[in-house]
Amino acid sequence: MKKSGNILFCGVGGQGILLASELTAEALLAQGHDVKKSEVHGMAQRGGSVEAHLRYGEKVHSPLIEPGGADLLLAFEIMEALRYLPYLNKKSKVIVNTQRIMPPAVATGKTVYPENILEELTSRGLTVIPVDGFEIAKAAGNVKAANVALVGALSKLLPIPEAAFIAAIEKRVPARFLEVNLKVFKAGRKAVK
Amino acid sequence: MSSKAAQPEQLWLSGNEALALGAHEAGVKVASGYPGTPSTEILENLSGYQGVYTEWAPNEKVGLEVAIGAAFAGARALATMKHVGLNVAADPLFTASYTGVRGGLVIIVADDPSMHSSQNEQDSRNYAYAAKLPMLEPSDPAEAKEFLKLAYELSERFDTPVLLKSCTRVAHVKGVVKPGKLAKSKVKVGLEKMPAKLVMLPGNARARRIAVAERQAQLADFAESFAENRIEWGDRKIGFIAAGTSYLYVKEAFPKATVLKLGLINPLPAGLLKELAAGVKKVIVVEELDPFLETQIKAMGIKCQGKELLPAIGEFNSAIVRQAVTGKPGPTGFAPVPVVPRPPNMCAGCPHRGVFYNLSRLKVFVSGDIGCYTLGFLPPLSAMDACVCMGASISMAHGMAKALGDAGKGKIVAVIGDSTFIHSGITGLINSVYNKDYSTVIILDNRITGMTGHQPNPASGSTLMGEPANEINFEELCRAIGVKHVRTVNPQDMKATYEVLKEEIERDEPSVVITRYPCVLIPEEKKRTKHPLHTVIENCTGCQACLRIGCPAIHWHPLEPAQAKKLGYKEKQKGYAQIDEITCVGCGLCLPLCKFKAITKGEGK
Ligand SMILES: Cc1ncc(C[n+]2csc(CCOP(=O)(O)OP(=O)(O)O)c2C)c(N)n1
Repeated sequence: MKKSGNILFCGVGGQGILLASELTAEALLAQGHDVKKSEVHGMAQRGGSVEAHLRYGEKVHSPLIEPGGADLLLAFEIMEALRYLPYLNKKSKVIVNTQRIMPPAVATGKTVYPENILEELTSRGLTVIPVDGFEIAKAAGNVKAANVALVGALSKLLPIPEAAFIAAIEKRVPARFLEVNLKVFKAGRKAVK
Repeated sequence: MSSKAAQPEQLWLSGNEALALGAHEAGVKVASGYPGTPSTEILENLSGYQGVYTEWAPNEKVGLEVAIGAAFAGARALATMKHVGLNVAADPLFTASYTGVRGGLVIIVADDPSMHSSQNEQDSRNYAYAAKLPMLEPSDPAEAKEFLKLAYELSERFDTPVLLKSCTRVAHVKGVVKPGKLAKSKVKVGLEKMPAKLVMLPGNARARRIAVAERQAQLADFAESFAENRIEWGDRKIGFIAAGTSYLYVKEAFPKATVLKLGLINPLPAGLLKELAAGVKKVIVVEELDPFLETQIKAMGIKCQGKELLPAIGEFNSAIVRQAVTGKPGPTGFAPVPVVPRPPNMCAGCPHRGVFYNLSRLKVFVSGDIGCYTLGFLPPLSAMDACVCMGASISMAHGMAKALGDAGKGKIVAVIGDSTFIHSGITGLINSVYNKDYSTVIILDNRITGMTGHQPNPASGSTLMGEPANEINFEELCRAIGVKHVRTVNPQDMKATYEVLKEEIERDEPSVVITRYPCVLIPEEKKRTKHPLHTVIENCTGCQACLRIGCPAIHWHPLEPAQAKKLGYKEKQKGYAQIDEITCVGCGLCLPLCKFKAITKGEGK
């Protein structure tokens, strides 16, 4: 089992990145890891690009992942995955939510949304796992739980028992949303072979 | 957040949550401050604890003065703010250094290197030096909590306000924190007359000035043996000197190196610094922003390197530190590829949007201010032309009017949010009236401090502790100041807003237009049933008029000629606009912009 690791979360403000990174951290903490997370809030609610660095190990000093230092990237929005290439190395694994959210310059017709993003990523030798978080969440009965579907996918790539994630979800998610969130989590987990 | 009966052994908290816990454990009785990223969540979290009074002050100066008063009355008191807030609070800070305290007084100031959410990246450590105050600098949430408790001990022991410096990578970092015991101050709460100490007139102040000098000497002595200033001996080739997050980056990059970790960064322990220098081949100071430590260490006659190796701009990480010190490029990731930028945008339904659309049509010079509405400077609205600091909009507009004289008439408008107006805009407005201005002031009154995450303010009708409160009446306030023309409009009514703005801007006297509509992100607004608008795609001519308001719910779909033809459009139509009904809240701003009936009212959601 890998003793330390760096997970980068990225996406667009309002996508539930905060909860996803909290659930992951919770599961890692329960396994006895030291865990640090760093994020920038500020304008998070205003649709800007958002990132969270999560580092775990026996003792974590720096709260920031170095360039090229991310073992895993969990991108909540497909174009955002490209923005964080400088944090990735050849061995990095990338889980990409296939959702597209138009940035202002695209929405107002000033430029176009890039095509072939998955190919851009795989052509660099990266392991890329596309996940349709929105569809998974919708099928399970709550479109707002796409973030938990992605945590499900991520859980498959981490050396932590599934039960640790389930316990984290039980702790963090309000009771009335618990059942559907667990369902979404499991479906997300299945999306990774 | 609240003090639960059974304390868990370890918690996982953000720096700001840890500081709130630290304040609780230190027995803080009164805490005041003004929101500002990355400091805001300290008071928000502290308000959840029993036994402490917390409040949002209208600005940082008031917040610090409240804390000073509480400390004079013998209570442990806290003031919190972001780095630029300390500029506002600098006046009381410098003289509170002279009076000292009775109950412990700590000021938490949160810096923002790299300006993630700030208008400058000033280094607050300079205030500690200039005001002759001790400053502690924690590196992570666990230390943040412990250092805050230590700060109260130092404050009472040395009779001084204490500064605690946080930053984005402490405040918004989460880490393991162990809860501790509740501390108790030996100072009794109560009023005690001690004018020689508390009344700062020249005669008394001269005596206190000497007390300050003596205190500095005592603190410098204390710094030598303070447990949080320590040399971690290791490899002797390089001895690093670092505090706060820089210490963590050094540990990450050079785990075996010798490091002098400074917990107290003002005043400095000359003896300890010399001991380090004597024990290593060379000394490197690692600090973000200004060469604050380096300059002082060099002045002590200690040879060291600092800013010649490391940047003075922006925040660090372990890779930056490693590369600067070794001179070798470290491991890098993939080269960046150009990606469409994703700046923050005003929300769909934001009441500020229509005002800025109108201002862009009126072709005025917009003297701006700080808040969500500063986003009005972004295209396609592009309707803010200057923005310096909170409250400056009104006074800058006045300066422009005086510079231009008659030539500026009808051309100058100040825009300011409700929280910002209360923070420091009111005095500017008094000046504009008193000194016979003609510019127009728009108060963007969404009844909340939006930008920093919806803190209640004196216009909101509630307090930080959740109690109902007086709602300030801007109309009456402005009239009392002497503004004769005060008008209130609903900014979601584009036409009415345009007409009122036009009339008032053309007026030769000072006028205030209050645009009042609640922020879409406050709970009551979020709960309201929304009626998203609907696009009648067939009717869209691709004219793009609706795109000019920059609403995130309106999306442009480009078309090739063949596609356009297939959809029944003219071949030369470049695309069509569509409303994303999940994002749209039905504010209706775009309705009057469409001249082709392609936007219609929709169903409730
Ligand atoms: C001196 C100072 N204190 C705090 C801040 C942080 N800050 C930026 S904007 C803002 C509040 C804006 O609220 P308001 O004026 O009501 O506008 P809104 O964001 O609601 O549109 C605050 C507290 C700052 N930039 N400067």
